[in-house]
Amino acid sequence: MNGPTHGRIVAVNGPLVTCEVDEGWEVLQNEVAYVMCDGVPLKAEVIRIRGRQIDLQVFESTTGLKVGDQADFSGELLSASLGPGMLGMIYDGLQNPLKELVNDQGFFLKRGQYLPALDQKKLWDFEPMVEAGTPVRPGHYLGQVTEGLFPHPIMTPLRLLGTWEVKEIKPRGQYTVNDTIAILKSTDSSQSAQEVNVTLKQEWPVKMPMRTYEERLLPDTQLLTQCRLIDIFFPMAEGGTACIPGPFGAGKTVLQQIISRYAQTDIVIIVACGERAGEVVETIREFPGLEDPKTGKSLMDRTVIICNTSSMPVAAREASIYTGVTLGEYYRQLGLKVLLLADSTSRWAQALRESSARMEEIPGEEAFPAYLESRIAAVYERAGKVRLYNGDTGSLTMIGTVSPAGGNFEEPVTQNTLKVVGAFHGLSRSRSDQRRYPAIDPLISWSLYLGQMQASLNTRHEKWVNLVQEAHEMIFKGSEIHQMMLVVGEEGIGLDDLVVYFKSEIIDAVCLQQDSFDRVDQATSRERQISDFLLLMDMVHHPFRFKSKEEVKCEMVNMQNLFFQLKYCPFGEEAYMRYRSEIEAILEEKKAVNS
Amino acid sequence: MIIEHSRINRVQGDIIAVPASGIAYGELATVKSSRGVSLAQVIRLRGDEVYLQVFAGSRGVSTGDTVRFLSHPMQVAFGEALLGRIFNGSGEPIDKGPALKALPRISIGGPSVNPVMRIIPRGFIETRVPMVDLFNPLVESQKLPIFAAAGEPYNELLARIGMRANADVVILGGIGLKYDEYLKFRIAFEEAGVLSRTIMFVHTASDPVVERLLVPDMALAVAEQFGVQGKRVLVLLTDMTAFADALKEISISMDQVPSNLGYPGSLYSDLAARYEKAVDFDGAGSITVLAVTSMPGDDVTHPVPDNTGYITEGQFYLRKGVIEPFGSLSRLKQLVIGKVTRSDHGYIMNSMIRLFARSREVEQKLAMGFDKTADDERYLKYGRLFYERFMDLRVDLGINEALDLGWKTLAECFRPDEVEIKQEFIDKFWPQVTTVPAVCEYGGTN
Repeated sequence: MNGPTHGRIVAVNGPLVTCEVDEGWEVLQNEVAYVMCDGVPLKAEVIRIRGRQIDLQVFESTTGLKVGDQADFSGELLSASLGPGMLGMIYDGLQNPLKELVNDQGFFLKRGQYLPALDQKKLWDFEPMVEAGTPVRPGHYLGQVTEGLFPHPIMTPLRLLGTWEVKEIKPRGQYTVNDTIAILKSTDSSQSAQEVNVTLKQEWPVKMPMRTYEERLLPDTQLLTQCRLIDIFFPMAEGGTACIPGPFGAGKTVLQQIISRYAQTDIVIIVACGERAGEVVETIREFPGLEDPKTGKSLMDRTVIICNTSSMPVAAREASIYTGVTLGEYYRQLGLKVLLLADSTSRWAQALRESSARMEEIPGEEAFPAYLESRIAAVYERAGKVRLYNGDTGSLTMIGTVSPAGGNFEEPVTQNTLKVVGAFHGLSRSRSDQRRYPAIDPLISWSLYLGQMQASLNTRHEKWVNLVQEAHEMIFKGSEIHQMMLVVGEEGIGLDDLVVYFKSEIIDAVCLQQDSFDRVDQATSRERQISDFLLLMDMVHHPFRFKSKEEVKCEMVNMQNLFFQLKYCPFGEEAYMRYRSEIEAILEEKKAVNS
Repeated sequence: MIIEHSRINRVQGDIIAVPASGIAYGELATVKSSRGVSLAQVIRLRGDEVYLQVFAGSRGVSTGDTVRFLSHPMQVAFGEALLGRIFNGSGEPIDKGPALKALPRISIGGPSVNPVMRIIPRGFIETRVPMVDLFNPLVESQKLPIFAAAGEPYNELLARIGMRANADVVILGGIGLKYDEYLKFRIAFEEAGVLSRTIMFVHTASDPVVERLLVPDMALAVAEQFGVQGKRVLVLLTDMTAFADALKEISISMDQVPSNLGYPGSLYSDLAARYEKAVDFDGAGSITVLAVTSMPGDDVTHPVPDNTGYITEGQFYLRKGVIEPFGSLSRLKQLVIGKVTRSDHGYIMNSMIRLFARSREVEQKLAMGFDKTADDERYLKYGRLFYERFMDLRVDLGINEALDLGWKTLAECFRPDEVEIKQEFIDKFWPQVTTVPAVCEYGGTN
């Protein structure tokens, strides 16, 4: 732990500690340092260097620190340990395993306690895949172990530079994460280190994007969330990014929880960043008992939780998102589809704001630092779909929630996030007040992926994207007519407008709204989405001819009820088929009458 | 070793600075001036300069006053002996009872609970306020604010809940409380005979502003200890906006860049650090927090209620002297409704609220000059009964009595097929007698 450089504390201001190092010492920006508080090392990160004065943000409470206390610099950037054994873990923002901390700390977290992120004793069955003499690049698979559901390739260190070849590879057998399984030899004379030991685990600096892949690909495959409103109207792409802003109580967290359960992806990383502990507790306590419909195993087996709740130290909150993204990038490197859910990026931005204020930087809008925009962009840009050196693809999809102050989307975090994401799922108070959940407002939300994925979406139906756009327009029209009705009353609008209004209400009620507490309705499979949506569009296209407004109301309410009952019936079962044929019969009959 | 320092070289707001070395961040000190002795806390170290916030305020502090560092952070006495006692904003007894020198002292503002040691809350706290119990029940370990504009009877509501709630220990933290309000709380608790399970930390509006910051921390630190010992603790805080205003004052004195309406950028974290003390310990007690957040200008987008709303698990709106049924929300209610409470709870709750919404619509319709129908009359009657029997803050009803009264009220106004409740519950709970006498009892209508 004791690095080469030492310093002495000269000032303490909340989590910001300034220390002075002797002339000539080397200090790295974003290097990890430990300040000693009565013999307890507190982890900190270098955030500013001014001559001999080094500013550190301490990831713990700084109570008890004194001027003159020692600071030890580690010479390493803030890093995450990456290797087999991360799935199912619950980490804090600095990748301390919270469950292991429990054993010695009782109910409370104690500062200055850091445990290795990966189980040090567990033996993994390693199977080599290369032979001595193979030329390798960073991220080359040397062999693999099996981590739960997935084969977990062991890669050459991702931070290697230059050209290398395998000098020695260990035979098949059981190894801990710290055991050497291969030795690499440099084939590049300019490199100083001539040999490198490869272990099952490796380190990566969390604030650096991982770029060890062949190329980035355009996200053109849908990531199925099984939430109709998202999948049909504002779809997500594998490797894409989305932002969910919403006022408090609009259902951001429930929506995230639903996505984390039902999204069709290999791995889900949940970053609970500065939010309520109670929300994380639900996930922690419920996931192990829930079955992943895809694999039949516990949902926890595909999940990593990084949890830095609102009462945990603020500086570690800033790190938590980076830790999450780094884990995501690592699993992408293994050729997997990863979904990262960050709740909430506003809290992360506020952590930036707090440390910026303590450093007395000149503030930007709403006192957020001027670099807010570039930091947000840099984080979201780490998502993406990539082709690895070995030809496989992997993807990291990122969905971040934003908690705008006062529910006003004009604030800097929302606006700067919208600039860089591919989809916007804006939650609105008016929809949540009407109990129309998920409260994603179709009038303000958008997804660039609808156009970008047109080809693959149209495999659902040859005109899928057009149909979706048509339905979306219908919702806009319905909303206009509704506004009109509020002013002039039902009497003031025409028969046709009333029909359009009812059609849009039916789309809203049976397609947009989804009951997250109902066993059937909470997740909708791709097949069902296609089948139900096409039926719905048959209804929308139907040129109903009614004689009076009373008839419109009566017929359309009946129609809505049938669709409503349909959505609560298990797909393909008898009741479902009955309602479906009833709807089809009415549509047929009406057609006959009209012609 | 205790060293005295007697050269205060900076006084700004309630912050003073003295040259001193070997002082720990967060350490406590006493400042002895001609006005008396006050506690102070180290809030910044810079070279050999130590910045302290003086709890009693800096007024009258002279540059020649002595500062003694106590080499420990802020602490509060803890033990069973605290029950029934009243303390001021710096933890001194103000009820003429004995000093608590012998009790162990615990640090305030301790570390947060490891999230994996929490459990999903499942305990119901009965408050005997039907608008809470019936429509938005309070769940053990929940943190809920009461949003209210100035002039609303929020302290009265809090006192009622403090008197009636079925908790083992009730801790009241008064922040910037009017002296009269404090007396009202004390009298209410005394008269209800619940003082023996109550601990009060009271900072009144005339006390120094820095002490406001300590009240929630002391109250919650004591609550935490009782919680660890297996007690079900209810913490009542009033008013958290006064707490936030104190934060604002201190941070401005410290030259911090304000973020929104002068509040510090750390407002969210500062509030969350307090509210997050609400917890259900795995294998021990629990802490439930009910806090008043007064809304300046009745504006919920003001930074204090806004940040609070993101932190807490729901909110109650107190408007025109009653808890507003729409907008108020207990996010954890589904954990106890029909599980801990009676099986008809969820159905009666939804049905009653839906019908009450209808009755409001009818009122609006009539206000716009439309004709009254026979149906309207029934809805109006229902609205009236709903107000008298459930919304009025003076109503004191246990949950099961409230449920029964709910069925009775529905039966007096509607037919079973109008209330949208599952038939099996109608069969079981619908009252057989549907004559009107009960109405007169409440003096409401003809």
